[in-house]
Amino acid sequence: MMTLDPKIPPGPLETKWDRRRFSEKLVSPNNKRKITVIVVGTGLAGASAASTLGQLGYQVECFCFQDSPRRAHSIAAQGGINAAKNYQDDGDSVARLFYDTIKGGDFRSREANVYRLAQVSAQIIDQCVALGVPFAREYGGQLANRSFGGVQVSRTFYCRGQTGQQLLLGAYSALCWQVERGQVTMHPRTEMLDLVTVDGKARGIVARDLVTGRLSIHTAHAVVLATGGYSNVYYLSTNASGSNVTATYRVWKQGAAFANPCFTQIHPTAIPPGGAHQAKLTLMSESLRNDGRLWVPTMRADHRCPGDIPDGERDYFLERRYPRFGNLVPRDLASRAVKAVCDESRGVGPGGQGVYLDFSDVIAQQGSDVIRERYGNLFDMYQRITGEDAYHAPMRIYPAPHYAMGGLWVDYNLMSTIPGLFVIGEANFADHGANRLGASSLMQGLADGYFILPYTIGHYLATAKLTPVGEDHQESRSAFQRVTSRISRLLSVKGRRTAASFHREVGQLLWNHCGMSRNEEGLTSALTSIPALREEFWRDVMVPGSGAAFNQELEYAGRVADYLEFAELLCHDALHREESCGAHFREEYQTDDGEPQRDDSRFSHVAAWEYREDTSPVLHKEPLAFEFVQPTTRSYQ
Amino acid sequence: MKFTLNIWRQKGPDEHGRFVSYEARDVSSGTSFLEMLDSVNQGLIAKGEEPVAFEQDCREGICGSCSLVINGIPHGPDRGITTCQLYMRRFPDGAVITIEPWRARAFPIIKDLVVDRRALDRIMQAGGYISVHTGGAVDGNVLLISKDQAETAMDAASCIGCGACVAACKNASPALFVGAKVSHLELLPQGKPERTNRVKAMLEAVDREGFGSCGNQNECEAVCPKRISVRFIAILNREYLRAGVVESGLPAEPESPHAEST
Repeated sequence: MMTLDPKIPPGPLETKWDRRRFSEKLVSPNNKRKITVIVVGTGLAGASAASTLGQLGYQVECFCFQDSPRRAHSIAAQGGINAAKNYQDDGDSVARLFYDTIKGGDFRSREANVYRLAQVSAQIIDQCVALGVPFAREYGGQLANRSFGGVQVSRTFYCRGQTGQQLLLGAYSALCWQVERGQVTMHPRTEMLDLVTVDGKARGIVARDLVTGRLSIHTAHAVVLATGGYSNVYYLSTNASGSNVTATYRVWKQGAAFANPCFTQIHPTAIPPGGAHQAKLTLMSESLRNDGRLWVPTMRADHRCPGDIPDGERDYFLERRYPRFGNLVPRDLASRAVKAVCDESRGVGPGGQGVYLDFSDVIAQQGSDVIRERYGNLFDMYQRITGEDAYHAPMRIYPAPHYAMGGLWVDYNLMSTIPGLFVIGEANFADHGANRLGASSLMQGLADGYFILPYTIGHYLATAKLTPVGEDHQESRSAFQRVTSRISRLLSVKGRRTAASFHREVGQLLWNHCGMSRNEEGLTSALTSIPALREEFWRDVMVPGSGAAFNQELEYAGRVADYLEFAELLCHDALHREESCGAHFREEYQTDDGEPQRDDSRFSHVAAWEYREDTSPVLHKEPLAFEFVQPTTRSYQ
Repeated sequence: MKFTLNIWRQKGPDEHGRFVSYEARDVSSGTSFLEMLDSVNQGLIAKGEEPVAFEQDCREGICGSCSLVINGIPHGPDRGITTCQLYMRRFPDGAVITIEPWRARAFPIIKDLVVDRRALDRIMQAGGYISVHTGGAVDGNVLLISKDQAETAMDAASCIGCGACVAACKNASPALFVGAKVSHLELLPQGKPERTNRVKAMLEAVDREGFGSCGNQNECEAVCPKRISVRFIAILNREYLRAGVVESGLPAEPESPHAEST
């Protein structure tokens, strides 16, 4: 029977983390050398955790499927990282960052986790500066800030439009140092395919060398997953094509609870989809909403050029609906507002799937040079993809799946329901509730990796009774066997359809029924269609080549097979949550003017799902107690 | 649109490779170069053939995975972009396009268009970092950094580690890659304490990995998707010279009140 004990320290919010750190047991320096920790994933969370654990003296085995740890998808984060530094003296504080994040998450996250995140946020900036991250500076030499959606202070630190890249390269350089010192052994181009559990504890992984195809068992005293989010289940998303759900999904099947999978963030500002050939949607940073204004024509099906539409015939719909926050409302509200005007046939561009993001006012006021300095790389990117010049005509944007607030359930110590399996970064569920605010994912990834996990894992390692486990252990062999048989099954189908065609189909299904808005009928029908599609996959997929060689199609087909199962879990969760909150919008639960209706009496809980082999997943609830903030209707009007 | 593709196919590191010709049909001009290759591959898989192996991940020009030499030019004909940002509208209908992997001794071919670039990681591991422990860092505003200096450091730091500079260089020199990292860290006060050892260790790693030397022909800058300037190679050379002076025991910067330990 699965139990969910969040292990939140009692007492005042402000001192919970300090008290937990003090009460935790430590591992002595001599013993650390004898302890091996596996870290899977080298994005912000994984690289910062692996390097910090290495510095502390643990032996770290670090895995990534990319050819270099520096290529993890954190690299693509554009806009910035939040921190409660209050350098602008505009009223920011730890308490305000905490409150903004709780409210932004529509009161579906844990108070204690979010407060701790806000507390360590300031340290992250200092750490990154020490590592040589070239943050933007003012003329006086001080760190610069910009604003982001959902907040009224300026607390976002940035490196042009490449903040994720610079933060990741900082963590990667720290990792390089530990590799050089022999504390971390890097396994690039190696994909985790299953978990080894012994006596109910996580003790290792089975991984495939993507170059030779060789499978290997790696055992350790604890396993850390930092394998990112699952937005690629939608096929078209802003994620890198390699981002996948395989690691987190396969440990779910080994007994780790999966929490709130239906909380998937659809980002409002991506370049609209172009055609059937398309493999990904390109994000245009949210920071553009600082200066750009969103609008559509007031008239339906208005095909005039944007420049020919006078101001009186334009609907600046975010400014109209949310006068207080205007174009800077949180992502979930902005995305739904875009969808609403497109559903009214007022969308622009091919297929009416798009709205204008217009910079003409700010260019008239401040000149195009200022805009070029702020967003030059984004404007260039837009031009390359669409062939249009956004300095002279407005951009067209449309929402795209972007980030997973849901993930593996973890307690306050970031440990999953499998003892010894820790989950950090986007792969866990803890901090963003039902909606993540901009510039908070980088903050959370680095908070988990640099400042939280290294403490909490020590307590586990100091107190758990762990017997030696090797490759020959029965549990190691059985995990190995699971992976072997799945790979041979994939290769033996020899059907007629490519894995990509199934991926596209399940993605379309989810986008239609479990995307920006959901309803019971659509979700129920998806729950019938997905198993049928999965059955067809296993009957008709074509995976060429062999398992004992470099085989990109085999890697991909394995991930698609997991999407085809995971999609069902996502729909179960969305169906169970009979309320609208954050990114989860159930059409049955809305006010007359289309605003979401949350139901705190029935759904103020984390939905944690347990895998069952023969039946539907089983729901467990972790009630959310709000001791320090009062959940209110989340209003940005 | 329709294209003829001459693609380098090679089963493994020790096998002989050769060009194989493929047709790409019904390509719309808004298709990206990699999406065009995707569709060729989908056709091959459906026939039970092995698709062309190539690297890609973020498809927005920042991860540094994609690595194709297109008609002889790393990342293709346009300046300042990666292969994944190249669109088919750039090519005339009916064009013949030759696609090859990065070619350098330090980048052995794994399969088809995929090469092993771990040598770049090993150069970074030799010294491309500031050795600072997690925790206990001073406030980020303690050391002021002028805007210009921060911007120049950022110019250097924007390297994506794709290796196009090596692929373009007839000596297969990674001078631009190393110069960018050495300059980025040297330009910031946090990176100064280790500058002497850093440049030496990184350049020793370059030699160990079998890369060549810089011949100052600047082909790297021409293909760099992030337009990283060769003046960072000048900084690299200056840093290397300076390291030699420091090691010889002469004061490198006589005006500095603090002697640097090496």
